[in-house]
Amino acid sequence: MSNKLINLENISKSYDNHLVLDEMNLYIRENEFVTLLGPSGCGKTTTLRIIGGFETPDTGKVIFDGKDITKLPAYKRQLNTVFQKYALFTHMNIAENIAFGLKIKNKSKSYIDDKIKYALKLVNLEGYENRMPDSLSGGQQQRIAIARAIVNEPKVLLLDEPLGALDLKLRQDMQYELIRLKNELGITFIYVTHDQEEALTMSDTIVVMNQGYIQQIGTPEMIYNEPENAFVADFIGDSNIIDSIMVRDELVEILGAKFACVDKGFGENVHVDVVIRPEDIELVKPEEGTIHGEVTHIIFKGVHYEMEVMANGFEWLVHSTKMYPVGEKVGIKVDPFNIQIMNKPASEDEEAVQVEE
Amino acid sequence: MKNKFVKLLSLPYVFWSIGFIIIPLLMVFYYGLTDKSGRLTLSNVLNIALPVHFKSLIIALLLSFVSTVICLLLSYPLAMILANVKSKSKGLMILIFVLPMWMNFLLRTLAWQTLLENEGVINTVLQFLHLPVLKIINTPYAIIFGMIYNFLPFMVLPIYNVLCKIDNNLLNAARDLGANEIQTFFKVTLPLSVPGIISGITMVFVPALTTFVISDLLGGSKILLIGNVIEQEFTLNSNWHLGSGLSIVLMIFIIISMITTAIFDKDGEGSAL
Repeated sequence: MSNKLINLENISKSYDNHLVLDEMNLYIRENEFVTLLGPSGCGKTTTLRIIGGFETPDTGKVIFDGKDITKLPAYKRQLNTVFQKYALFTHMNIAENIAFGLKIKNKSKSYIDDKIKYALKLVNLEGYENRMPDSLSGGQQQRIAIARAIVNEPKVLLLDEPLGALDLKLRQDMQYELIRLKNELGITFIYVTHDQEEALTMSDTIVVMNQGYIQQIGTPEMIYNEPENAFVADFIGDSNIIDSIMVRDELVEILGAKFACVDKGFGENVHVDVVIRPEDIELVKPEEGTIHGEVTHIIFKGVHYEMEVMANGFEWLVHSTKMYPVGEKVGIKVDPFNIQIMNKPASEDEEAVQVEE
Repeated sequence: MKNKFVKLLSLPYVFWSIGFIIIPLLMVFYYGLTDKSGRLTLSNVLNIALPVHFKSLIIALLLSFVSTVICLLLSYPLAMILANVKSKSKGLMILIFVLPMWMNFLLRTLAWQTLLENEGVINTVLQFLHLPVLKIINTPYAIIFGMIYNFLPFMVLPIYNVLCKIDNNLLNAARDLGANEIQTFFKVTLPLSVPGIISGITMVFVPALTTFVISDLLGGSKILLIGNVIEQEFTLNSNWHLGSGLSIVLMIFIIISMITTAIFDKDGEGSAL
């Protein structure tokens, strides 16, 4: 891929003795759609604000395009932000809002007018020049906020939970809009969200954060299929996380039963966390399963049934298109490559915290 | 049922406004538009054209205008500082500014008389230090000083209120789009605080225009403001007709400033307290 556009080196930040970011290192490539994902208070917004210039890190450096911009005020940085609650200027109409940055740069009137037209077309709001922000819906205001940012031709667009205030349908539409915009503009997007689905849909790279630490960096597929620890597994999608013992290479003992797996190199008789996605569990006849138990709950979810199976003292979450009624005895079978083995967190800081639903 | 109950609750206020606002107002208009024999006349109102009355109106307008401008210049930075204070002592700081308002207005002004007098506290101290003394009492400057002192909180609070309500993200958005601190102030902060400024101007200008206590106590009886003239017509000369007539003229100026406020402050954003 192309070169590193932004490089965060050893960034730490604390508020009132509360550490929000701890020695963070992260680089962002050109033309990448990077999502900072994590629960509230994980430091993702602080990271974005440090890149945007609204916060100064206590330690560390922000390198942008090879230059140290740690001390550079926000107004001198070549990047623009789309704020969570749009932050449109209510005393200006849409055209004036979009022209704000260009007027400050003393661009000519014809240049500004062209840019306004272009930006409104890009966000599908042609003809809205003379409307006031208050008269627009949330989704429209958000598009204007994006238009206002991109007319300045930033190298990087920072988006701080921009879809948080929109309803579900609009949010999904806007996700596709953002992907389209990113491809048309060919610039870097840094996106902050706590919504794992948003992150999986749009990102080239996801940075999962918790308690001021980066938990995992990777493509959506890597994050989902090969979570590095229990926090990531728990935060991204539903999962069964089970305390287990790695007996030897390619064999793991889960709740007293031995399962074949594909992981190697953990050592012998080592305590590990095992992640099994609910859709990767196959329910079979009791005698055919590696372990067996009884269905305790069932909910119809549309695409699949969500069932809970009590087996060997653990409630297994299972997604299946086949229905097994409550009380039915079933066997549990998992393909070896669907068992994800993870090291136990080394320190308390990495300990998975309860994720707010 | 509920509607009736709500209406019933509003009754005391209806009686209050009839008894203490509408009837007195009607009486002012009755006296102002009639002469002693009860005939309808405009002469009381037109009396404002008399040089002595006209002069007092102009002086009152001038002094209250100057005080309002100075109040605004003092209040805006103060309100900005107060709005940006993040410490826990914020409440205390605001309290300190509001505290004088809890004391009687007359007492405060009397205190300033004692302080500013030629043989007053301030001059005694100045003399003791062999510094030149202040000859300020019984001059327009003393009146302006009194107006500013008494009405400053009425300017600070509405401006402080609107400044507090400005979303910090708007300021960040302006900076993000390339505006430096000065540009951010003039393009975002100032336009968004206009309702507070207008409301503050009205709340200072109207009482300053109509005051007679401040000019009485700090201006001696040398400088007559329109408020003093009206007061004297009611008390010394017992000419309620002329007093009411001049009050109507003054009311026109007040209504003008009220309308200005209503135009700029549609959402009631700037309303203080």
